[in-house]
Amino acid sequence: MGEDTRKMAFICSKGTLDMAYPALVMGWAALGNGVDVTIFFTFWGLDIIRKSRQDHLEIAPVGNTSMKVSMMGVHADNVGIPNLVGVLPGMTALATKLMKDKMRALGVPPVSEYLQMLVDGGAKLYACKLSVDMMGLKKEDLVDGVIDIVTASDFIDMTEGAQIIFI
Amino acid sequence: MIRSIAGQTVHVNEEGFLTASEEWTREIAEEIAREEGIAELTPAHWKVIEWCRAHAVNGRSPTLRQITEGTGISTKEMFALFPKGPAKKVARIAGLGKPEGCV
Repeated sequence: MGEDTRKMAFICSKGTLDMAYPALVMGWAALGNGVDVTIFFTFWGLDIIRKSRQDHLEIAPVGNTSMKVSMMGVHADNVGIPNLVGVLPGMTALATKLMKDKMRALGVPPVSEYLQMLVDGGAKLYACKLSVDMMGLKKEDLVDGVIDIVTASDFIDMTEGAQIIFI
Repeated sequence: MIRSIAGQTVHVNEEGFLTASEEWTREIAEEIAREEGIAELTPAHWKVIEWCRAHAVNGRSPTLRQITEGTGISTKEMFALFPKGPAKKVARIAGLGKPEGCV
């Protein structure tokens, strides 16, 4: 890559389904525009690169003020799912299923497949050392596309000149 | 806009994509490919170009994922054939509009 190549670096700090896709979609779009892409996974964002977790990310209706019944196909943009209902067993699984169904209908691949597409397109993935240690993980718990486990300082070094997006 | 490519006068938009795909010829493809840094179009390049022309919708080229799924050519291979933004590059070379869609 030449010096004039635009660089973008994404920091993924969340592990919910709705917070995994923004980096995947934007990273993929960046690669499609010839941009050099680096992604750093920290804290709960590690779930996106954990083999055992990446296809089991969820979205909870509790405390989510944007999740309305319209998610279930009912046309009522401002009618929410009461938190008291959201706490019932199975509600998180239901909300997750609804979101996954909608994505699948739009041709959006599951997280594991999408991430592999980015790796194949040249995106460089790194895991945060502090988070990996905190969660007691090892390199083999992470998907093969992860290049290395690095410190925040290493990440700052390797992304000099990049546009940084924190998710 | 009108410009001359490979000795032919064609209509292009401000990003250099042909706006009338019927004006496209193989010679035009070869010249645009050179502009994009691809010295020579190999049979593998042509397979992608032809597939995209056959599967364009409203003059727009398919997205990268549609290309990989439709042709069986891997994402890795696509980035090797058309470095730095394969779907957009193929669209330009194939005389089609920019692909639309996030995957």
